[in-house]
Amino acid sequence: MEFWFSEKHTENVKLSIKVDKQLYSEKSKYQRIDVFESYEFGKFLTLDGFMMLTEKDEFIYHEMITHVPMAVHPSAKKVLVIGAGDGGAIRELTRYKDIEQIDLVEIDEKVVEVCKEFLPKTACKFDDDRVNIYYQDGLKFVRKYENEYDIIIIDSTDPFGPGEGLFTKEFYGNCFKALKEDGIMVNQHESPFYDNDATAMKRAHKRIVESFPISRVYQAHIPTYPSGHWLFGFASKKYHPIRDLNSSKWNELEIKTKYYNTNLHKGAFYLPNYVEEMLEEHE
Amino acid sequence: MCIKEKIELNKQDKAPIYEALKEFKTKRIVPFDVPGHKRGKGNKDLTEFLGEKCLEVDVNSMKPLDNLCHPVSVIKEAEELAAEAFGAAHVFFMVNGTTSAVQAMILSVLKKGDKIILPRNVHRSVINALILCGAIPVYINPQVNERLGISLGMSVNDVVRAVTQNPDAKAILVNNPTYYGICSNIKEIVRIAHEKNMLVLADEAHGTHFYFGENLPASAMAAGADMSSFSMHKSGGSLTQSSFLLCGENVNANYVRQVINLTQTTSGSYLLLSSLDISRRNLAQNGKEIFNRVIELSEYAREEINQIGDYYAYSKELINGDSVFDFDITKLSVNTLDLGLAGIEIYDILRDEYDIQIEFGDIGNILAYVSVGDKNYKNIERLIGALTEIKRLYKKDKSGMLRHEYINPTVELSPQEAFYANKKSVLLEQSNGEICTEFVMLYPPGIPILAPGERITKEIIDYIFYAKEKGCVLTGLEDMEIKRINVLKGEC
Repeated sequence: MEFWFSEKHTENVKLSIKVDKQLYSEKSKYQRIDVFESYEFGKFLTLDGFMMLTEKDEFIYHEMITHVPMAVHPSAKKVLVIGAGDGGAIRELTRYKDIEQIDLVEIDEKVVEVCKEFLPKTACKFDDDRVNIYYQDGLKFVRKYENEYDIIIIDSTDPFGPGEGLFTKEFYGNCFKALKEDGIMVNQHESPFYDNDATAMKRAHKRIVESFPISRVYQAHIPTYPSGHWLFGFASKKYHPIRDLNSSKWNELEIKTKYYNTNLHKGAFYLPNYVEEMLEEHE
Repeated sequence: MCIKEKIELNKQDKAPIYEALKEFKTKRIVPFDVPGHKRGKGNKDLTEFLGEKCLEVDVNSMKPLDNLCHPVSVIKEAEELAAEAFGAAHVFFMVNGTTSAVQAMILSVLKKGDKIILPRNVHRSVINALILCGAIPVYINPQVNERLGISLGMSVNDVVRAVTQNPDAKAILVNNPTYYGICSNIKEIVRIAHEKNMLVLADEAHGTHFYFGENLPASAMAAGADMSSFSMHKSGGSLTQSSFLLCGENVNANYVRQVINLTQTTSGSYLLLSSLDISRRNLAQNGKEIFNRVIELSEYAREEINQIGDYYAYSKELINGDSVFDFDITKLSVNTLDLGLAGIEIYDILRDEYDIQIEFGDIGNILAYVSVGDKNYKNIERLIGALTEIKRLYKKDKSGMLRHEYINPTVELSPQEAFYANKKSVLLEQSNGEICTEFVMLYPPGIPILAPGERITKEIIDYIFYAKEKGCVLTGLEDMEIKRINVLKGEC
């Protein structure tokens, strides 16, 4: 007997992972949540059948979505994370002693519950004193604030299903408003490779460009996401992602990472030509 | 629940047209009749686009499917079920929009030279029907809320005055509700009308939910009105262009059917008919729950939008016991004037910049339609989020924004006489004092500024230019560029 999890990356391409057993499956108010145990990737979480994280490669995503803005912002004290019910981004952020407050907004309480039970490697810092969890629609939460946060991290699912509102112009605009005058917003930015992902990526970029004076895109290699080539958005009111990178200051913190380093930080912003062209269409 | 109610409810579980179509599909009848696409086979691209399931039931009337012009079986049954669900004596399935239902109401009640009392903020289909039958409109000035710049309902005193001055009028028409959600005291208007042997016709294009929801204004049938037209496709969920015409006890339904058949297609679409049938069943079964959710979503949005500031999402506080007798809380109407932006500007920004399409924007208001199709808060949050952003990014100085919307018309000729009279074309700015022979509509919401037979004034001309400048779409004129207007020849 063989048991395989398959996710369609396009109509004609799929990724399959051999599964040892299914640990959890339930439909929450918002989505179907599944956790599997696999031979190659360890435990992994899917939402509505889409891969969210595996124990083997989650470090890439979570390090890149947190350390990039943290190494640029000179004194981030107050951080808002939207989505991220798995706790991976929170885990990375709690490693910074200077951060005073981390607000997490996740629409689906069940995701946090399930991750706490089955994925303790990421869901390990929810009880840090600085962390506050709000189970709410991200769009609703953020529109109530003005000039409040140093960094906003948007760790969303894909732009269909419950995460749809987190790819809209109104959301990015509301994030701009909720950020302080030198605030930075980083977001999960989809992939440039397959057509459908690329369309979502371009739309997101267009909307961010319309909302922020500085808007750059950086990349990482995430084996279990469609095509493995993934992008993040870096939008900011003041700081440039490379010119304002303070490498020595970050290195003095001695945060041990598996993927991120300050050289890679710079390199990640140098993109393939076809990606640059897609982005330029909307700049 | 008593046994009788249970049986009634079970009856509403049926959808005879839908069931007949399903049965029909299993029989694999060989088509040597119209439509010529023959279950989609003759039009591959269309079938691919709309789906085989849809084309398979795009069929013509035939014995097992009944005939809309003369129903004797499944359509008749479906009409009876609808009548029961809406508390009407008789219901007609309409396939040419609520416009055709409104026409049928007017044409079956009025003849040439007859008078009808009606509020000025009627839909253009009402005045169009007057052109067809030659009846004469007696307009009631709907009160205006100056702060919001919207026309309201009819004041009971105004109705009494009109009835006293025109005791020969045959009918009174009532909007229940207006586009903005405002209701007149329809029960009292029915009482006044019936006392003078006048009929009450209701335009309930935006009031389908009154028949099913809780804590909503009275429906026309419940208030005792004689006829009502309503758009099942608006808040009720059927396909565009499908509507109902309801008749009360005092109306000869067989005569109404003859009138409908004067202009109705003899090939009524089964897509539209089945959508009416299925939607009626859905609302009869789940209407209460559905509209409770719609109310919950609208109330939430109203509260949040009012918290943004500068927007005013109005509601029951407008009720004044007369010209605003009741308010339809499913309507998410928002005044935008404090923002320094016209409703139409916000309407455009929402679509062009935020990919959100709302129902309409006029000079001072927008309306977002919340309906049977809204299942959760996701899209409501997007709308609120976008409005928050529009305030941050587009807010302007509001001086000189507010302008009165209602202009009292002077009817000089019946709409029919003016429409068919000899006419000449003049420049809009030179038309002061002439008698207009065509419509000038502000769209949306489709309320006439001028109708055929009315005197053009300086105030009206100024308002037309103002609305044009604000980006409202003006329609109805023969001149597509909206520079010239047709007026009566020989008048000055």
